[in-house]
Amino acid sequence: MYQYIAKRVLLVFPTLIGAAALVFILMRLIPGDICLVRLGSGGGSFDPHAIDLCHAEIGLDRPLIVQFLSFVWGFFSFDFGVSMWSGKPVSLEILTRLPISLEIALLATVIAILIAVPLGTISALKQNTWIDVVVRTLAIGGIATPSFWLGIISIMFVLDITNAISGTPWMPPIDYVPIWRDPIRNLSMAFLPAITVGYRYAAVSMRMTRSAMLEVLREDYIRTARAKGLIEKIVINRHALKNALLPVVTVIGIEFAFLIGGLVVTEQVFNLNGIGRLFVQAVQNQDYTLTQALVMLTVAIFVFSNLIVDLMYAWLDPRIRFA
Amino acid sequence: MRSALLAACIGAVLATGPAAADTGETMPKRGGTLTYMIPADAPPSLDGHREGTFAMLHALAPFYSVLMRVNPENPSDTTQFVCDLCTAIPKPTDDGKTYTFKIRTGVKFHDGSPLTAADVAASWHKIIFPPPGVLSARQDWWSVVDSVEAPDTTTVVFRLKFATTTFLPSLADPFAFIYSKAILDKDVRWYEQHVMGSGPFKFVALDIGQSMKGERNPDYYHKGKPYLDGFIGIFADKQVVRVEAIHSGRAAMEFRGLPPSAINDLQRELGDKVKVQTHDWNCGNVVTPNQRRKPFDDVRVRRALLLAVDQWNGAPALSKIANVRTVGGIVFPGSPLAATKEELQKLAGFWPDIEKSRAEARRLLKEAGQENLQLELLNRNVDQPYKYVGTWLVDQWSKIGVRATQRVQPTGPWLQAMRTGDFDVVVEANCNSVVNPVLDTHKYLPRVRSPVNYGGYNDPELIEIYEKMLSEGDFDRQRALMRQYEARIIDTMADEFPMLWWYRMIPERSFVHGWKIGPSHFINQDLSNIWLDEGQNG
Repeated sequence: MYQYIAKRVLLVFPTLIGAAALVFILMRLIPGDICLVRLGSGGGSFDPHAIDLCHAEIGLDRPLIVQFLSFVWGFFSFDFGVSMWSGKPVSLEILTRLPISLEIALLATVIAILIAVPLGTISALKQNTWIDVVVRTLAIGGIATPSFWLGIISIMFVLDITNAISGTPWMPPIDYVPIWRDPIRNLSMAFLPAITVGYRYAAVSMRMTRSAMLEVLREDYIRTARAKGLIEKIVINRHALKNALLPVVTVIGIEFAFLIGGLVVTEQVFNLNGIGRLFVQAVQNQDYTLTQALVMLTVAIFVFSNLIVDLMYAWLDPRIRFA
Repeated sequence: MRSALLAACIGAVLATGPAAADTGETMPKRGGTLTYMIPADAPPSLDGHREGTFAMLHALAPFYSVLMRVNPENPSDTTQFVCDLCTAIPKPTDDGKTYTFKIRTGVKFHDGSPLTAADVAASWHKIIFPPPGVLSARQDWWSVVDSVEAPDTTTVVFRLKFATTTFLPSLADPFAFIYSKAILDKDVRWYEQHVMGSGPFKFVALDIGQSMKGERNPDYYHKGKPYLDGFIGIFADKQVVRVEAIHSGRAAMEFRGLPPSAINDLQRELGDKVKVQTHDWNCGNVVTPNQRRKPFDDVRVRRALLLAVDQWNGAPALSKIANVRTVGGIVFPGSPLAATKEELQKLAGFWPDIEKSRAEARRLLKEAGQENLQLELLNRNVDQPYKYVGTWLVDQWSKIGVRATQRVQPTGPWLQAMRTGDFDVVVEANCNSVVNPVLDTHKYLPRVRSPVNYGGYNDPELIEIYEKMLSEGDFDRQRALMRQYEARIIDTMADEFPMLWWYRMIPERSFVHGWKIGPSHFINQDLSNIWLDEGQNG
């Protein structure tokens, strides 16, 4: 098991270095200039020397190789420098936004698991009944519905419903308050985006749970368990579900990692000051240092959540850890 | 001549002045917190001198004083300036080359330290003569300034290299915050990350990327103001968020401007709980052919493209779906230096008879051997109003047989493509804050003089007219020079085509009072005049 963990951990480093090189090159291939965006996007006039000064200030006047080495060195020393746009430390920019993204991702994951595992299992057990049809319809609806549309519709729905009931439209707060400072305000802000994201997430996981369960239920060892007289509850919970959850865990792990940096549209629609929105701003502003750091953060989250998924695989399936 | 002009100007101001829904305002009430939406991401830094985004002003103007400003009680008048820190707008001396300002006494910074002429001079010195390595975004506006001095604690003297009428309005630059000299002396870049002014509100908190909060400054020198206890400005670049926030009452207003559809929705949903103020905007789209590319180096082709566009009939139609409205030349239509309708109609692209105009356009294309002209229109990935105007232009050009396609790019690549000359024709904008026509039209000068000109042309004659206009002190002669300058850009050379001026539509909940709309989303943002009537049905 330890050898397996060591092997998986060692694989993380080349992945991160490759990603670092790739993001550095790709960012420089996009046409545009942060100083131009900063000074010229308003449409007004600006001093021509200001562009050169701006380049010098943020280090863009240095040779590319120097910029790359500085980025790599910063990455290995956990110092991503300062945002080219705001001048604030990149770590501060990210840490300010991380709590809300993490909170939405966690809430959405909880919602997804609570919906997907029971409904996916029931759907498999009641295959081709009306229950199965309803669950599958729900799942397909979740996958097919764009989250930005669902987000806007849910806001409008809440506005209209509250307006109809109380005569005053109600909308979730639009400025973030940490959960430890004001839990009610925090959760009233987070619940709509979490449901919006969690629905799609649940739909994907539900379909995976259903298909995995259907496959497992046809396995010989399930037939054996039933043949030796085990009650159906134990057959399902102990033998079928535990094995069927392997691919579901993979999906949940990948989706969770995706949600940390991937709530781009949802964060825009709900005006959440999260990592996804920061990502869009950084790319739009052509803020190389911030974009590079965010990509590396996302890559690291993906790599480490995959690592955790692999380790959970090993825990769930002895064949893997002893292979 | 003067009286006729005055009448024309008054007419123009009335025509372009604010259409406010707010009536019957009585005595302002104290108290309450204004929550408003800022339709952008947070500003890059907190230093007004180095930034150029409106988000910076919407978030930070309430904390700072300025030397002088556009009259907050009548911002729609493009020629009316009032003092903020000064005591009177001075008449220039020394043949128009020296401006001596007296500074208010008893003004305090938010840290309790006194604000004197030394702070005003130090701030302007930083703007006009920034130390090496310090960025000042609009430094070239004040290239005419020779020195800024504070001979005593209540006097600031600006000495110019030559007299120009552009100088005084340029001092009303809303970004020209007055900083503490003591702080600047210690660290000239301190204000990039910190806030400490002498304005109507004191800094409370900046939640990075999310909101700016301020509280009332009880020591504010304009007695009785501000009326609000505080404010919260929330950054939200998505229109749907801003509209729903105003709809639900989470926010009371925004200050940039919403398109007609959003305004109509709010009015339909909220009825008399929302008011709308409207005004012509000192921003307009400009269409620029790239003269470094053939066939756009041929004036006949450029003129044909200009003649094909029916601005007079296009404006009312487009104004129903986009925030554009007024047909105008290169000068903001509300300015006394702007062309009248009769003057405009003599220029190509503004002829009253569109059929005649298009017939001439076809003739010119034929003469230039470009009857089957195809072009790519570079445009910015911003809906209002860029994409609407771009799509309309494609249609207009099709009427003379020109086949145009649109390449829509995000702001960064769009700017880059313009700078590198990677375009046939581009939709850009000329957007300014305080209406200062001569400086505002600096953009149309060739690249050797204007860094934001992307047309790829050089025209010494145009530069000569501009130089004369810049140093001309007589209004009538300056206006005549402006007509020459405008005619050369549009009619003679067809270098650039002004293409509809934008229109500001500002929604505010009915309990908000005191704020008056002006021709720019950069001005009148210190919030000191705003008061809330919470008892009103909001």
